[in-house]
Amino acid sequence: MSEYDVNKTPKKQVLSMQLDLSKFEKATEEEKKQQDVMSESTTFLKDGLRRLRKNRLAMASLIVLAIILVIIIVAPMVVPYSYDEILKVNGVRDKGAKNLAPFTYSVLEQEYIDAGNFRFPHIFGTDEQCRDYFIRVVYGTRVSLVVGFFASIIVLIIGLIYGSISGYAGGRTDLIMMRIVDMIYSLPDMLVIILLSVVLGSVLKFKGGSFLASIGANMISMFIVFGVLYWVGMARLIRAQILSIKENEYVLAAKSIGAKPGRIIRKHILPNCLSVIIISTALQIPSAIFTESYLSFVGLGVSAPMPSLGSLANAAREGLQSYPYKLVFPAVAICLVVLSLNLIGDGLRDAFDPKLSR
Amino acid sequence: MSENLIEVKNLKQYFPVRAGFKTLQLKAVDDVSFTVGKGETLGLVGESGCGKTTVGRSILHLYEPTAGQVFFEGEEITKKNIAEMRKKMQIVFQDPYSSLNPRMTVEDIIGEPLDVHKLYSNKKERRERILDLMETVGLNAEHATRYAHEFSGGQRQRIGIARALAVNPKFIVCDEPVSALDVSIQAQVINMFEELQEKLGVAYLFIAHDLLVVRHISKRIAVMYLGKIVEIADADELSDHPEHPYTQSLLSAVPIPDPKIARERQRIVLEGDVPSPLHMPTGCPFRTRCKYATEQCAKECPTLKDKGNNHLVACWNR
Repeated sequence: MSEYDVNKTPKKQVLSMQLDLSKFEKATEEEKKQQDVMSESTTFLKDGLRRLRKNRLAMASLIVLAIILVIIIVAPMVVPYSYDEILKVNGVRDKGAKNLAPFTYSVLEQEYIDAGNFRFPHIFGTDEQCRDYFIRVVYGTRVSLVVGFFASIIVLIIGLIYGSISGYAGGRTDLIMMRIVDMIYSLPDMLVIILLSVVLGSVLKFKGGSFLASIGANMISMFIVFGVLYWVGMARLIRAQILSIKENEYVLAAKSIGAKPGRIIRKHILPNCLSVIIISTALQIPSAIFTESYLSFVGLGVSAPMPSLGSLANAAREGLQSYPYKLVFPAVAICLVVLSLNLIGDGLRDAFDPKLSR
Repeated sequence: MSENLIEVKNLKQYFPVRAGFKTLQLKAVDDVSFTVGKGETLGLVGESGCGKTTVGRSILHLYEPTAGQVFFEGEEITKKNIAEMRKKMQIVFQDPYSSLNPRMTVEDIIGEPLDVHKLYSNKKERRERILDLMETVGLNAEHATRYAHEFSGGQRQRIGIARALAVNPKFIVCDEPVSALDVSIQAQVINMFEELQEKLGVAYLFIAHDLLVVRHISKRIAVMYLGKIVEIADADELSDHPEHPYTQSLLSAVPIPDPKIARERQRIVLEGDVPSPLHMPTGCPFRTRCKYATEQCAKECPTLKDKGNNHLVACWNR
């Protein structure tokens, strides 16, 4: 037999599975190199953000929320009216500017415009106390969002610390801590809120001009109510997560390395229940907004001239048949805020859970 | 035999189990004693649920042992010095999928022991040590920034081994490190264990249920049944002359990759099931399935006796 020649194939036999080498060609260096190229390795954050950017719904919600944020920050600078200001024309109280429809002017204002002056339009009309409704909705959204975010952060911090200690420690500690949670859970919310705001209202007297005074005692007591009452749900959720995650072998591995409990919770357990924390925090914001609005309705929320979306919507109920738009604007604002926050929460969960990633 | 690195004395690990109103003791490990020499491998075999894994974890105090002592180089391991001891003893887990944190990059997983014990003075040193470890276990430097879920089973197990090696341990508990891998990868990983032992001089407690694997890697083999060690001997001695009836049946079940021999050999098939560790039989735990069982077996539990040649058996009839 002669030496084996790559380019020459022995004669093919019938039914043989032998490959016909003449039908193949050698890969060039360039083609070989193509196989070497590997995908760029990314960090956890980059990878998550890349996936978030691909999620159209979440991005649209993010844009909506960003627009709302820009409006509530910029609008008070642009619009010449203030949320508690009764409209005046040339220093004279404009009694005719009551319950105006959007983009209309009162008789007095029309005269003023006809005289060649500029009058900023009432984009959402006015309310029954002759105040510009647009700026009130803007301020209401501001208040609601601030309450929502801060209340969720308070709830998150307390729930996170309490839940992780309870879940990780287990045994008797867990039992006692969870019974305390059960006790708080069984308290009627409304009663506690009323009692707290009555007590706090008289206790919390701030000196004028201080930062706390500008927020208002009612707002502070609302945060305290959230801090005291609403963390229990979060604590339960996080405890349940930790109970299941701490059974994983990588937690045991961390223990065998000699990692201390604090490190194990921070580095191994919490990052793995991040998706649950994110989604429940995102969902906590709208629920805080709702709570705030019903508190405002019973007069325990935001103090009187300061509007919130909830109190605006409630005030609009009275003239619902004549002025339905007064309910529509705050309601749409609540919807947009809540919906976009929910969708962003969903998007974040999808983006930052590598196990769910496609 | 070389000097003992690990000495386990009368180790007991009971877990309380609630059954209705009573609290029963689950005797996962019951009075186990053995030694592991420096740079030596002790194989630990037994069927599922016999307490192999528990032995490995109790040695490392991942479970607080109910009773008994573990000595490392003559020093007893206690709650107080366990933090220091963790620098000298490590563990490789069975399941490479659940033993690596999905949220961490390979670099952070391997670097964690370094962080915990502060084994570096600057970022550069940490990075160099990690890359060094990755090279030792056959991973590329570009893998460092990837997440565990981007790797295959064999590669993941290598990451787990690199993590265990990070603190330069003298003793590693290998808790069925290859049973989750397919056969071709098993060979690679086992060879790597052997190479590492040659290079670094680490001792292993190699837990497995695959007798062939254990025989290949171990110097000595211990056989466990229901929380007790029934036989310890040198690997070849045990394979060629098994004394305990349980070991005999275990060896007869090892598949032989030659159909001719496999057809001719006699298999010892055990009857019945493993008794529940909650309701252990009196005396010898194996007597319910042993064809040589006598009255004495039911009365008293046999202890390990030297049959010469470093061959220890716990059986009245041997």
